[in-house]
Amino acid sequence: MIKIVHYINQFYAGVGGEEKADIGPSIQEGTMGPGLALKAAFGSEAEITHTIYCGDSYYAADTGKASAEILEMIKQVKPDLFIAGPAFNAGRYGLACGSISKIVQDELGIPVVTAMYHENPGAEMYKDSVYIVATKDSAAGMRTAAPTLAKLALKLAKGEKIGASIEEGYMPGKARVNFFEEKRGSRRAVEMLLAKISGKPFVTEFPMPDFDRVAPAAKIDVKTARFAIVTSGGIVPKGNPDRIESSSASKYGEYEYADLNADPSTVYETAHGGYDPVYANQNGYRVLPYDILDEFQKAGKIGSIHGKYYTTVGNGTAVKDSARYGQEIAEKLLADGVNAVVLTST
Amino acid sequence: MVHICTITPISMTVGANRIVPAIAIPYPLGNPKATADEDKAIRREIMEKALVAFETPVDNQTIFE
Repeated sequence: MIKIVHYINQFYAGVGGEEKADIGPSIQEGTMGPGLALKAAFGSEAEITHTIYCGDSYYAADTGKASAEILEMIKQVKPDLFIAGPAFNAGRYGLACGSISKIVQDELGIPVVTAMYHENPGAEMYKDSVYIVATKDSAAGMRTAAPTLAKLALKLAKGEKIGASIEEGYMPGKARVNFFEEKRGSRRAVEMLLAKISGKPFVTEFPMPDFDRVAPAAKIDVKTARFAIVTSGGIVPKGNPDRIESSSASKYGEYEYADLNADPSTVYETAHGGYDPVYANQNGYRVLPYDILDEFQKAGKIGSIHGKYYTTVGNGTAVKDSARYGQEIAEKLLADGVNAVVLTST
Repeated sequence: MVHICTITPISMTVGANRIVPAIAIPYPLGNPKATADEDKAIRREIMEKALVAFETPVDNQTIFE
């Protein structure tokens, strides 16, 4: 019989809601709350021998202390497997489930699995470290989550081979497993298209990253504004001194503008490997419109121009890396009082 | 920030708020088939639109055609 310890919060333990969120951890024999659904799914193969519950605020307020207390309780019981949640879309609960699961996995070396909604902040933070089964956003999803969670838990406890995320129902991140699709790609693509056309549900095999949204900036007075140019079109000084890669760029460049009297084909080139470089190599201003910005400034149409431009290659470049480049570039521009950025993309 | 790009649906997807359409992927601000003066005039026209975009209050993602 596989021995399991199950972690839940004060709400699912039936202790209370927000007013009880600051209670410390307790351990009790047997199942509580959502553990009942798991128990049914486990049948006779495994047993939740103990349930630990803890207030979400208590865990969040001092994670080090709370996790040490919980770890001590688990050590006494010596389970074969640890399950936390499901947390659904409860933020603090999800963070607690991810955190304690990772700590148990690292400290006790036993398999762990948790479950939550994909937008729960705990998912983004812990899906690369522990198996997180994807659930719906509310407890109404327990019925569908329990069998998936139980099945993965049993496999982990028995040391069986874990399949791909799409087969087992965990979030991509923890493990990458190859598998053979039964149908070839062309058939899957056509079936997906037909489903889309007829308004039937379909699941993409290549989900887009979740892009964040920012509120539009207020309008500005361009006559007093300080301008800068940033580009993902890869315009670099001739010779590409920093060797910015033609795809999957690992860096961005910060360069002074070349002399406007020079033939642009002798001072600029593009490092970008994702479009025909001929036209940008002939005249880099087609991507980096500094000649016009300078003209505007001399005519008094704009205030001033930041002395450098920032450039990278937007070609297969990871969104995470791009976001970091953007952050760093924005900090530099803000430090110089820039309030108008022209961003060009190819 | 004003985003000057040719494939404006991508700009919408990634969340730019002020978008000015460009000419073509390999030459967003220009036209290699035109004379040097015309090439620059195209660039100037797009940048003028960018100035308008900076000066226009927007509540939502907006493409300045």
